[in-house]
Amino acid sequence: MKKCNRRVELGRRQFLRGSAVAAVGGAAAAVVPAGAAQAAPAPAQVDYPGKNLGNVSALKVNEPVDINYPDADSPGILLKLGQAVEGGVGPDRDIVAYSVLCPHKGWQLAYDKSDKSLNCSGHFSRFDCESGGQQIWGHATQNLPQFTLRVDNKGDIYAEGASDLIFGRPSNVL
Amino acid sequence: MAYKRQIDRLPIPPKDATVHNVTCHYCIVGCGYKAYTWPRNEQGTSKDNAFGIDLGEQQPADGTWVAPSMYNVVRQNGKDVHLVVAPDHGCVVNSGLGSIRGARMAENRPSYVTGTQQQRLGDPLVWRNGVWQPTSWDDALDLVARVTARVVTQGSEDDLVVSMFDHGGSAGGYENTWATGKLYFESMKVKNCRIHNRPAYNSEVHSTRDMGVDELNYAYKDYEATDTIFMIGANSLETQTNLFLNHMVPGMRNGAKFIAVDPRRTVTVNAAEQVAGKANVLHLPINEGTDMALFNALFTYIVDKGWGDKNFIAKSTFQNGEAQALDDGHPAGLGSLKYALDTCRTSLADAAKICGVSKGDIAKAAEWIAKPKSDGSRRKCVTAYEKGIIWGNDNYRTIGALVNIALATGNIGREGSGVCRLGGHQEGYYRPSDAHVGRPAEYIDQLLIRGGGKVHHVWACDHHKTTLNASAFKRVHKRRSDMVKEAIDAAAGGSREQLVDAIVSAVNAGGLFVVDMDIIHSQIGQNAHVILPACEASEMNLTSMNGERRLRLSERYMDPHGNSKPDCLIAAGIAQNMERVLRDMGKGAYADQFKGYNWKSEEDAFMDGYHKGNPDVTYDRLRAMGNNGVQEPVVGFKNGKLVGTERLYTDGRFTRHGRKDGKALFCAAKWRGWQAPGKAREKANHKFWINNVRANIFWQNQFLDQKNDFIQDRFPYPFIEMNAKDMADLGIGAGDLIEIANENGATQGMAYPTDTAKRGQVAMVFGSPAGSQGNVVNPGVNELVLPNYKHAWGNIRKIANATPQSKAVSFKSKEYKAT
Repeated sequence: MKKCNRRVELGRRQFLRGSAVAAVGGAAAAVVPAGAAQAAPAPAQVDYPGKNLGNVSALKVNEPVDINYPDADSPGILLKLGQAVEGGVGPDRDIVAYSVLCPHKGWQLAYDKSDKSLNCSGHFSRFDCESGGQQIWGHATQNLPQFTLRVDNKGDIYAEGASDLIFGRPSNVL
Repeated sequence: MAYKRQIDRLPIPPKDATVHNVTCHYCIVGCGYKAYTWPRNEQGTSKDNAFGIDLGEQQPADGTWVAPSMYNVVRQNGKDVHLVVAPDHGCVVNSGLGSIRGARMAENRPSYVTGTQQQRLGDPLVWRNGVWQPTSWDDALDLVARVTARVVTQGSEDDLVVSMFDHGGSAGGYENTWATGKLYFESMKVKNCRIHNRPAYNSEVHSTRDMGVDELNYAYKDYEATDTIFMIGANSLETQTNLFLNHMVPGMRNGAKFIAVDPRRTVTVNAAEQVAGKANVLHLPINEGTDMALFNALFTYIVDKGWGDKNFIAKSTFQNGEAQALDDGHPAGLGSLKYALDTCRTSLADAAKICGVSKGDIAKAAEWIAKPKSDGSRRKCVTAYEKGIIWGNDNYRTIGALVNIALATGNIGREGSGVCRLGGHQEGYYRPSDAHVGRPAEYIDQLLIRGGGKVHHVWACDHHKTTLNASAFKRVHKRRSDMVKEAIDAAAGGSREQLVDAIVSAVNAGGLFVVDMDIIHSQIGQNAHVILPACEASEMNLTSMNGERRLRLSERYMDPHGNSKPDCLIAAGIAQNMERVLRDMGKGAYADQFKGYNWKSEEDAFMDGYHKGNPDVTYDRLRAMGNNGVQEPVVGFKNGKLVGTERLYTDGRFTRHGRKDGKALFCAAKWRGWQAPGKAREKANHKFWINNVRANIFWQNQFLDQKNDFIQDRFPYPFIEMNAKDMADLGIGAGDLIEIANENGATQGMAYPTDTAKRGQVAMVFGSPAGSQGNVVNPGVNELVLPNYKHAWGNIRKIANATPQSKAVSFKSKEYKAT
């Protein structure tokens, strides 16, 4: 955990120092090798804490587990869908994780088991957990931030990044 | 797999960022935003920033947040600067809400740094040597003026056909409509003209105006104080998003009931049920095109029950029979309540049969609109309508029949009332008189198809995407403009005089010389010989009013892209070149008509036009009124503020028809089935009704989203909502590409299985660059040349399996359900 904290701190300092290039260079920065990122300034998409979200064996199909990532103020869900999806991890390639703060106005989304969607009671936006968080209908100007997951050989699931900016913050890692 | 932006942090606007007022220029609602700009090498900190909040903390729901779509790097005064365009919490229209359109204003600005909107036109283009060659303004305008001047002097101004937007927002606004109006209606008297979304130069709502009722007469806050929201042919959650969320939803939370008349169940109906509860929402899914019969039954029932507002009717409406007879310019007679009711009288049973809904539900709607409360007080009702009837069957009588209900119940000019169209763009019309155009106006598309007109000036209209009978129009327009292209190609290397001779010979032989003013290279622009690049809101100051007549100055915060210019200055350039060329031709008196365009800026055009008619209103005063602006009409300037008008007709005097007695007229709206030619036969001969609909994701800005990854990822092809059983019958799967065809033409889109879609009815998104719904709409219009876009019938077949793009799309229901 010490290492993780250090990485958070590193991200914070770089962010405060000024990281204008990250905004438009985000996509490019994402492919910078991790080793290079350690030395380079403001590597967007790279400086994330790793967080153990639980073990594959504990997940039940269509039973979302509440998580927080990258920090305690950013709620999300970890979900085993029951069938493989693009971007899914785990032995069945069906485990995904999303932020549940609606990227429209930050209302907390509710999971609808009947069609595996996340829904906003404030303004009726809907996101499809089986299509990478694609907004089915709604007001958000991006799809749902999806957390980057890794499963180790013991079946432990780690969150290690996010695909999009999380509502209510200028940087995912504050 | 959904599109990921892969952006996880943004620069922070510093405390000293420059702030401009921005009115979202896409839809009629006109939400307030703030544009923050600051130097490229600076940013604020989490503690010290333009928002005055601690950005180091997670912000709460509804808090301030800059989404990546609200950010860009744009050019301002020649320098690249950071830009954030974020919703304004202080604007009463949206109270900090952003829409999926407005909250993408920043990413849809042209940027040399981030590469957004590279489709924008930056230079005048002239067709030369088989391609469009960039050139100077002087060169392009000279050619436009020489050809136009030659044609209108050899023949007449009737040989000049003009398609020109008349709206506010976008690249519209008072500055630009005034300039084009001055050019074509004052310097010239062009009568062969049309508006951006319809094939003639006419009102979309003649009847309400003839009845004395301007179509935008309420304030948005009336929705919050009403007892019933009566919505017809509209889908406000998608197309007036923040009017619905910020005003109608609070109204329903305050106890208002909600009636929706729409053959299709929309997300608006669903959301109303979520907010008000199903018991307080009545959806009347009538047979397509039967609205008038429903309105007539409601009118009859309400009056017969004695629920009319007798005092209002006596004081504010015409009493003596017929005031305006049915004639060529009036597709229905107008007069007293009794006069109209004698014609409109329809029983609940007859309406139920025509409309396909129950008598009980019609009676229930009448009760929700007009049955006095238990304490005897009157119910308040806001009536709101849009394209479902404007572009529907028998426009004049249908809208008249609806306004009858509002007049009979006194629901105009009072708090919690109003009978209003909801609108598409903002409004921004200020022009010299158009009386010479005539009524009915010329059906311009048909004129062009018949071979009429020789020069076509097109101002930000793309007929190819948004006209009816589009297949025929496109074929003919291309053929005629190709004749001129060939003539230009053949004259290569010659003098300017020889080029003009060649073009004029070609148009005299049936060709068409096309000049296109637009911000992008549009589909009709493919036929153009000269393309003049315009800029839009954000690159120029623009004044417009929204659906409650709220006038704002949306400020310029960046430079026009490339060498583009505001339309008003392009019009001035055309006028100045016309004057010069005509004088060279020895036509001094005619040349003198083109004086008076010595404008240096859009503000000069505003002062020359709108300000002269409204002397209290200036840019400085509007700027000071901020994003809340002032509701028109402006009636004074006191204590440093412009004084406006919250709602119209509070004195009970109706004036829109120009009658001196101030009395509103009722409309004798006689039901006659399908009014437009060919509709009944087309319906009888085809399997599917092809409804055309809007989607919030690109409503009003789809042309800017043709390369936007977020949008194209969601809808890579125009969606066609379709019942799953109909799809199964035809062997169509989700995402398959399907063709809709009838005698008018064919179009295509992507099948979107929709559980609420009725069998035999599909709903195709309108105005898509990738599939024009207008291809299958017949030329049928009403007596005043209002198009009936909404009623087309066709057969459907599968043309291709789902592509990788459409396979990746979510096909789940668009309807939110509480969990």
